[in-house]
Amino acid sequence: MMPFTTHTGTAAPLIRDNIDTDQIIPSREMKSVSKTGLSDGMFAGQRYLNDRIENPDFVLNQEIFRGASILLSGKNFGCGSSREHAVWALKEYGFKAIIAESFGEIFYNNCVRNGILCVTLDRTAIAALGDIVTIDLPHQRVDEIPFEIPLGDKQMLIEGLDGIDLTLQNETEISAHFAHDRVIRPWAYS
Amino acid sequence: MNKTLFDKLWDSHRVMTLEGGVDLIAIDRVFLHERTGSVALESIIESGRSPCSPEHVFVTMDHIVSNKPDRHKDDARTPGGDVFITATREAAKKTGINLIDVLDADQGIVHVISPELGIAQPGLTLVCPDSHTCSQGALGVLAWGIGSTDAEHAIVTGTMRVKKPPQMRITVTGILGAGVTAKDLALHIIKTYGAAGAKRCAVEYAGEAVQALSIEERLTLCNMAVEFAAFTAIIAPDETTFNYLEGRRFTPKDEMWQQATAQWKYLITDAAAEFDYDYVIEANDVKPTVTWGTSPAQAISIDSYIPHDADLKALSYMGVTRGENISKLKIDGAFIGSCTNSRLSDLRAAAKVLKGQQVADGVNAICVPGSMAVRREAEAEGLDKIFKAAGFAWGAAGCAFCFYAGGDTFAPGTRVISSTNRNFEGRQGPGVRTHLASPAVVAASAIAGKITAPKGVSS
Ligand code: SF4
Repeated sequence: MMPFTTHTGTAAPLIRDNIDTDQIIPSREMKSVSKTGLSDGMFAGQRYLNDRIENPDFVLNQEIFRGASILLSGKNFGCGSSREHAVWALKEYGFKAIIAESFGEIFYNNCVRNGILCVTLDRTAIAALGDIVTIDLPHQRVDEIPFEIPLGDKQMLIEGLDGIDLTLQNETEISAHFAHDRVIRPWAYS
Repeated sequence: MNKTLFDKLWDSHRVMTLEGGVDLIAIDRVFLHERTGSVALESIIESGRSPCSPEHVFVTMDHIVSNKPDRHKDDARTPGGDVFITATREAAKKTGINLIDVLDADQGIVHVISPELGIAQPGLTLVCPDSHTCSQGALGVLAWGIGSTDAEHAIVTGTMRVKKPPQMRITVTGILGAGVTAKDLALHIIKTYGAAGAKRCAVEYAGEAVQALSIEERLTLCNMAVEFAAFTAIIAPDETTFNYLEGRRFTPKDEMWQQATAQWKYLITDAAAEFDYDYVIEANDVKPTVTWGTSPAQAISIDSYIPHDADLKALSYMGVTRGENISKLKIDGAFIGSCTNSRLSDLRAAAKVLKGQQVADGVNAICVPGSMAVRREAEAEGLDKIFKAAGFAWGAAGCAFCFYAGGDTFAPGTRVISSTNRNFEGRQGPGVRTHLASPAVVAASAIAGKITAPKGVSS
């Protein structure tokens, strides 16, 4: 996974609350058992008119925001279905970070697993951001505004780590836990 | 002692605390479905890894399987959907996990069959790449929805890396009124606290009204926790839970059953335990409820009016106006099904309303039982005959019209009353206007041709 340290890019405002994962990648756009080939279907419901003609009103179809790498949104971004395809689509399009008031829990974790940074800021701070935004993860700043992030997520992102490899370093502890648990809760293994 | 039920489950599954305050939590069971599980399994195979306990990993086909009663093993309800079915089947065989295939007697929606087969058990941790995994907390399981990459992690390592969420308790005092269902309670709670109201908490439902619910009703209540941004939901297991689970396919047997229930009795929140948020809901305040908008929080009681400050975008999508009486709205479609409300008690409640009645002209009415077992039990009671005689289609188990993935659905612009859990824009198809309600309200509305409560239920 690509490590995330600092990033400067165009920030596209899609400021609405409760943008769910089906809006990010409609289920009908998930055509194969794959993590790729999804960016074309990203936001398809809003991005295209009939016959897949671009909808000029949609933010990412406007010249200055085309190819944006940061997305700005409102409350509860990525709520709804757990489909990781939403994150794979955003990533394939080129998004590196999302700045919103809050995030759907599963979506947030999916982002961390795929190297996308989710920054939580309040509505006024988001509204005040310009078209070009710089995010400094080590120092936890968006332009000059500080933000909070759980340390574990920060480390995973900065180091670009694969969760499975990382966890398997603790194989001894895991085996010990299960060996002990089998004695205490044999029914759970029956 | 001052631990919550959630603390007890968390602590007993904590392998260790990692750097950054993230816990490594042991996972007892993983459930997958063909839509999001297929890609996790393929990715495991491609990376040359394998499941650490394949006997504790389950996969079923529910999301895009055909719901035609005479379906074949690869039939999808969406164009091109068969690749998800065949890929999942192949990957399941290669990885040696438990496959509950399309034509198996036990097939059904993951959150319906996991309890039904006794895979979900009190005190276990269970994850599934599906947001409604919170349903299964109804049995005292620590169950939560994850993404596909995390599912790979859980299958390969037997653990999850997760930061302990904050905790909330919602105590429902008193007893729900006659004709008021767990679905109404779920909608009432979401309406009260808002679509982000659970603040990523693990939510324990407690109180007299919750204890009085059957397991099927508890599943309905917990199902919708994700709709107000909960990490998950949980209910302390009790005699109702034990009675429900005894003798099911995957529950412990004999001596193991005795040991299990002896331990399950301690899975309760201690009297002195504290929550980050401790809320109380009066059961008396809960009325038969229906949504008017495009979020489950946009809900009102069935005899009331769309709020005067209602969100304009939602109003325009739904084709309704501020101050409009919800029970005057004409409907074009009715759907009974989904992991929220497709179990036997749901079908019985709907059939009671439908008996001897006819669906109104022009209403496309469909019932899809949550599992093939529910379907068989319903048929044994003759419920299918009541549904069919009333004019309902009677499908084979799966998610069906709960969500749109291409293929057949209700026409754009149609108004549908639905026993499902999401009324997001386009959820049931492009332009389809979804109103969420209980199965009895769906049935009564299908007959009346407009949104209405069953006769004899005061709202
Ligand atoms: S029935 Fe609907 S909500 Fe439930 S798992 Fe299937 S698609 Fe998801």
